[in-house]
Amino acid sequence: MLDFEVFSQQLITGLSNGMIIALIAIGYTMVYGIIELINFAHGDVFMLGAFLALTLLGALGMEAWGPSGQVFGVALMLIGSAVFCGGLNWSLDRLAYRALRKSSKLSLLVSAIGCSFVCMNLGLFWGGAPMTVFANGNSAAAPKNFPAIIPQINLLGDGFLRITPADLLVFTVTIPLMVGLTFMVKRTRLGRAMRAVAQDPTAASLMGIPVDRVIGATFFIGGALGGFASVIYSLYNNTIGFQMGTRAGLDAFTAAVLGGIGSLPGAVLGGLTIGCVRSMSDQYLETRWTNTIVFCILVLILIFRPNGLLGSTRREKV
Amino acid sequence: MKNSAVIISIFGACSVLFAAAQDSKVVAPANGGTLKIISSLPRTGSANAQTNTMVNGIKLAIDEVGGQIDGWKIAYEDMDDASPQRGNWDPAVEAQNANAAVKDSDCIAYIGTFNSGAAKVAIPILNRAGLAMVSPANTYPGLTKPGFGEANEPLVYRPSGKINYFRVVPTDDLQGVEAANWAKTLKAGKVFILHDRELYGKGIADVFRKQAEKLGIEVVGFEGIDSKAANYRSLATKVKATSPDLVYFGGTTQSNAGQVAKDLRSGGYEGMFMVPDGCFEQAFIEAAGAANLNGKTYITFGGLPAEKMTGKGAEFRDAYKLKFGADPEAYASYGYEAARVVLQAIAQAYTKDRAGILEAISATTGFNGVLGKWSFDANGDTSSRVMSGQTVQDGKFVFVKVLGN
Repeated sequence: MLDFEVFSQQLITGLSNGMIIALIAIGYTMVYGIIELINFAHGDVFMLGAFLALTLLGALGMEAWGPSGQVFGVALMLIGSAVFCGGLNWSLDRLAYRALRKSSKLSLLVSAIGCSFVCMNLGLFWGGAPMTVFANGNSAAAPKNFPAIIPQINLLGDGFLRITPADLLVFTVTIPLMVGLTFMVKRTRLGRAMRAVAQDPTAASLMGIPVDRVIGATFFIGGALGGFASVIYSLYNNTIGFQMGTRAGLDAFTAAVLGGIGSLPGAVLGGLTIGCVRSMSDQYLETRWTNTIVFCILVLILIFRPNGLLGSTRREKV
Repeated sequence: MKNSAVIISIFGACSVLFAAAQDSKVVAPANGGTLKIISSLPRTGSANAQTNTMVNGIKLAIDEVGGQIDGWKIAYEDMDDASPQRGNWDPAVEAQNANAAVKDSDCIAYIGTFNSGAAKVAIPILNRAGLAMVSPANTYPGLTKPGFGEANEPLVYRPSGKINYFRVVPTDDLQGVEAANWAKTLKAGKVFILHDRELYGKGIADVFRKQAEKLGIEVVGFEGIDSKAANYRSLATKVKATSPDLVYFGGTTQSNAGQVAKDLRSGGYEGMFMVPDGCFEQAFIEAAGAANLNGKTYITFGGLPAEKMTGKGAEFRDAYKLKFGADPEAYASYGYEAARVVLQAIAQAYTKDRAGILEAISATTGFNGVLGKWSFDANGDTSSRVMSGQTVQDGKFVFVKVLGN
């Protein structure tokens, strides 16, 4: 095989992984953009979305549905997990964060860490569900196999270069979501309200914008994107576990910071950058250096562009 | 005021109880007391299923002697050395377990650990207290043998200068060599070696590499993976680009062997895949997905699968099946063996003295074990050399052959 083929393959892998990271990163960046909170629970909400998807898959017996039925099944999981994660994220805001809106940023941050632990332990509990897909709940903490109902076969025949239906799924779901989200923030009434609240909540409320409701909606949308991401992640990697939120969340948070936290295109750019850097480092350096490389790049970018690649300079809120 | 009164009264009650407990110890007769065996094995995470079978083996051995030896009551405590944060063994928890065992004056033997890295933590703690440790599963050679690991091994584990650590399983310097030999007979000309960067995984991968090179197998790659990564697609592409005949992964189910197998297949690698005994458990097949392992996966194991055992081993298998309703998994027989070694030492030493028990264990010779007769050598290793190779068919391990003979 040619070097070019290897490079292209790594690029495809990097972009696929990057798209998933980006979708999660948007959830971090949206919430940060509007209330300047790093919602640490976001990664764990994402993880619970994957558990819901596996539960749906097992309960409805999707493995036996046949190809066209499984397309419907995937759509069902996507919608189910999105609504569930959106609702869960919204509830976290309603129950844990809203009461602290006026208190210091630190209390908000600590309660976000608390929510993260609660969600993670819910996942641990859920992993013990007495279902076949959860290995009959024998070992709650063990990673669970997520059946490959989107097959991992090569659409390009027998060549070295591989594009699988799972790769296609990643792109066909994430790109429209990102375009739709950008449109919503730029053009719709809710989007305008979100931008107004992000700029100045007090002024926004003076203009008659229901600030709490807009923040709630932001949490819902961010969570829903996490829900979509969780289903794509599960179908792409075919393994889920109650700890996956920590790692995925860390990658996504890094992506959000790299791209400029608070910026939507920044989160996407950050995610794709991290995905590609990981792939290239795995291929051309050694796997054990990959994490080091990613964080070195982050440090370098933050030294020369403290607001990230696409972040705007904002005044500090006190 | 009210609260503090409650606290004081609770405190008082506790100290009374404590005093009572101490009293009872004083009046206990020299024999006819309790001797306690503590096991420390991973119970949180995917290793739990495997641990269940080892603990069953230990319980079976204790039940066979009726829970007592000549008036000594044999107590057993099953400790977990894993934590949910790691989903795997945790050094902090392991140290805590070892210290608890040292402090427990009834405890005369410690059965564990499953992971070699955990043993590294526990051995010196127990060594200072002169408490015997018998491992049913550690295979990293450096724990007992000089010349295989770091320069200061194994002396660093023996601060007291005496050997207190024994194991009933053959070590990786034997298993890794047999694995490479098997790869050669499977006609692997080029191998790509991966490992999880842990003591056990990296150790056995090193041994495998050395032997492979000796046999003239070309090693086209040697890499440590990030065992927490979401996937290994990029690595799979890299592996595929070097077109090896066989990929060897030195690691365990807990260090993501399942995901590695899965991504090699979805990344388009179609050759053979070989793993060591750390993956010889049903959880590995569950994590990897049975279809990804079918036919071309090879697992080495220091011992025999239950259905191939004879003599004492067959007796054990039948008794186990009768009691627990399933065939024993890979390490169940070693859990059973470790407990029997301790019980025999108790019967011989006939004392609550830790040093006496330790000496009796180290003197174990010609032991009638599940894999035939064996003895502990001067390092504390078993003389047993029985190893086997397995493959996976339709989600089940299938015995292929006895290795090394």
